Amino acid sequence: MAVRYMLGNEAIAHACVEAGIDFASGYPGTPSSEVVDTLRRQKVRDFYIEWSVNEKVAFENALGAAWTGVRSLVTMKHVGLNVAADPLMTSAYTGVKGGFIILSADDPYAHSSQNEQDSRVYAHFARIPCLDPAGVQEAHDMMAAAFSLSEEFSLPVLFRPTTRVCHSKSDVELGEPADDRRKGIFEKDPKQYVVIPAHTRILHKKLNEKQAALAKRLVELGFNRYEIKGKTGIITSGIASEYVNEIVPGDVSVAKIGAYPIDEEWLAGFVSKHETILVVEECAPVVEEVVRQVACGTVVHGKKDGCVPYEGELDPASTAAAFEKAGIPYNGEFPEDISPAEGLPPRPPILCAGCGHRATFYAMKKVFGNKGIYPSDIGCYTLGLQLGAVDTTICMGASITIGSGISNAGDENPVVCTIGDSTFLHTGIQGLINAAYNGANMTVVILDNRITAMTGHQPNPNTGVTAMGDPSPAISLEALCRTCGVSFVETIDPYDYVTMIETFKRAKETAGVKVIISRQPCVIDARRRGIKRKHYFVDTETCTGCGVCVKYGCPAIEFIDGKASINSLCSGCGVCADICPQGAIRPEVKR
Amino acid sequence: MTGSYDLLIVGVGGQGTILASNIIGEACLSEGRTVRSAETHGMSQRGGSVETHIRIDGKYGPLISPGTADLIISFDLLEAVRYSHFLKKGGVIVSGKDIVVPTSTFQQGLEVPSRESLEEMLSGTECYIIDAVSAALEAGNMLSQNIVMLGAASHPLPVKPGSLLEVVKKLVPPKTVEINSKAFEIGVREGKKQP
Ligand code: SF4
Ligand code: SF4
Repeated sequence: MAVRYMLGNEAIAHACVEAGIDFASGYPGTPSSEVVDTLRRQKVRDFYIEWSVNEKVAFENALGAAWTGVRSLVTMKHVGLNVAADPLMTSAYTGVKGGFIILSADDPYAHSSQNEQDSRVYAHFARIPCLDPAGVQEAHDMMAAAFSLSEEFSLPVLFRPTTRVCHSKSDVELGEPADDRRKGIFEKDPKQYVVIPAHTRILHKKLNEKQAALAKRLVELGFNRYEIKGKTGIITSGIASEYVNEIVPGDVSVAKIGAYPIDEEWLAGFVSKHETILVVEECAPVVEEVVRQVACGTVVHGKKDGCVPYEGELDPASTAAAFEKAGIPYNGEFPEDISPAEGLPPRPPILCAGCGHRATFYAMKKVFGNKGIYPSDIGCYTLGLQLGAVDTTICMGASITIGSGISNAGDENPVVCTIGDSTFLHTGIQGLINAAYNGANMTVVILDNRITAMTGHQPNPNTGVTAMGDPSPAISLEALCRTCGVSFVETIDPYDYVTMIETFKRAKETAGVKVIISRQPCVIDARRRGIKRKHYFVDTETCTGCGVCVKYGCPAIEFIDGKASINSLCSGCGVCADICPQGAIRPEVKR
Repeated sequence: MTGSYDLLIVGVGGQGTILASNIIGEACLSEGRTVRSAETHGMSQRGGSVETHIRIDGKYGPLISPGTADLIISFDLLEAVRYSHFLKKGGVIVSGKDIVVPTSTFQQGLEVPSRESLEEMLSGTECYIIDAVSAALEAGNMLSQNIVMLGAASHPLPVKPGSLLEVVKKLVPPKTVEINSKAFEIGVREGKKQP
């Protein structure tokens, strides 16, 4: 046993290795990406690992593997589970042979997500167990137990860490990596794996029959536990239980829910011994609803009476505020009326210096203007919002479909949507097939930086290497788009401003669906691969201080004493030189 | 009470805040102590404001609530002010003296607060301002500013400077061990000079 200082996601990955994992697939998304990233970098256990094109594909791959009796893991984030919801619901019926873990990381406060939905609700919906770790050590320990639980009940297990578990670090005690290997063998069993109605009706009944024993087992395993100390009790789950433990006085009872379904009889046993109960949990009132169902005569506080907020994440201070609202004393001091300093310029994340997306957005706006309608998608390039070039974002792949919807609804302004290469392969392609076939009038700009950049540079089928770094033929976006029925398919280099403008103009004049692929490797990735370009500088004699380049928003361009100036962040894309009306920006020449 | 020593490391994405927090975490481990931390992640490469919470001897969750931090280590004076409401009464700030001007100010024409006005805003707290750039240059590399700051902050930190230095040597790229060790020592010296 070793103690290491580790990220939650690294500890989870290590636990999978200890549990003898044989198959892992996933789609990257913060806060879950580092799980597969850690698995593919580890050297202790050799097994199959892939980055899949989307969560449904990743899910079905891992499910198929689990049917062959090996232990498999699929990773995604909460919103990705929506994409995989279709196989999820039915996989509960078919069950699994080898342990099958669906890791869906939730993001309370939407640190980097489009919503704050709660994966526990999906587990309840599908009637599969859900494990909800409270910290890094527990995430590790629970993951190790999750595989056996899955095999014991032949059910997929949903593993649901939140951002503050995935992305926090702690000293964590690790176990030994497993060295046994299983070989996948599929044994035909149509009654189990072919969900025609006749089979399904039986499978559904079997699934329901598993529930009571499952709920009891979760208590036996110690995932759900309590200690009675007085007439007031707190019921809490996930990382909220850490905040509760930090402030709870010695005479207040605490019940911790670490796994679902909750055994109602067991829960009633706790609730009935108290006069007042406060339920503290993040996201949806999942525990609270069960508590309210079993409480008779006990006063229950929680989200429903406003003691605990429905939105955002908790911390020790907000947990103390919930105690206060419920009239329960707490330990610790949390000063009120603290406000951050005012009037400071914000520092939001921005596109990197030399990022090809910025240049593409800039040229696009130049040609299509303020009247253009700009649906966009999920990726670094959503930051194009700051350039006024992102009008809509809803979910992966929706830029093309929202755009064609607007176009087919009759809006006559030019519709120009933007989508990244990974997102296009994820679910954009279906939208393109649909738009082309149904005669939309729009321009689709594929921002192709050849990698899934936002989540930490994971490869996709456009990169030319697999998750394990093995070379593989990169797909041709051009050929793919043509096959979808698009005849106007042009590839541009975002560092070539003049050609970009010219191509956008031609697209504007052409009817139907136009695809423009704007290709330039992500600057971070390019730097790692050793690509070096000359820095640029501003000739202060020629510069008139008009500010055109500064508005372009490259973080390497500053404004000092009324003139532009370029700092060391410059990655040498040269686009600012093209947009400066005075020709004051030039590449540096080393003497 | 928790009994943990709570600190925030703040700065701008790309300044090496995560390495600094890893060094503190590993140093705690080498002293056989518990430690919990939480970092903002994902967007850190993109020039945004970043924060890491660290709780030394922490046993509970990783998050520090506003008004309760014992120490703030900031790599940028503007970020020191942005996060100063996290400090508890009697807490300490150790900040670099320079400012990375946010690109938003050029794009939106916002006013950039002067160094003097920022220092003024921090005047109510015990605040050590370190010239990390000169110190890093003295050590031999601009990029060692984060290690300078760590050295400077080693005075209030309840971790032995020796433990920190050992981890610095272990975690920085092998070629830069000498420069970074020197940066740490210079940081310790600069931190000591403060009132
Ligand atoms: S060449 Fe200009 S636009 Fe490109 S990275 Fe350098 S400063 Fe930024
Ligand atoms: S666009 Fe050219 S002239 Fe205008 S401020 Fe920038 S460098 Fe100076």
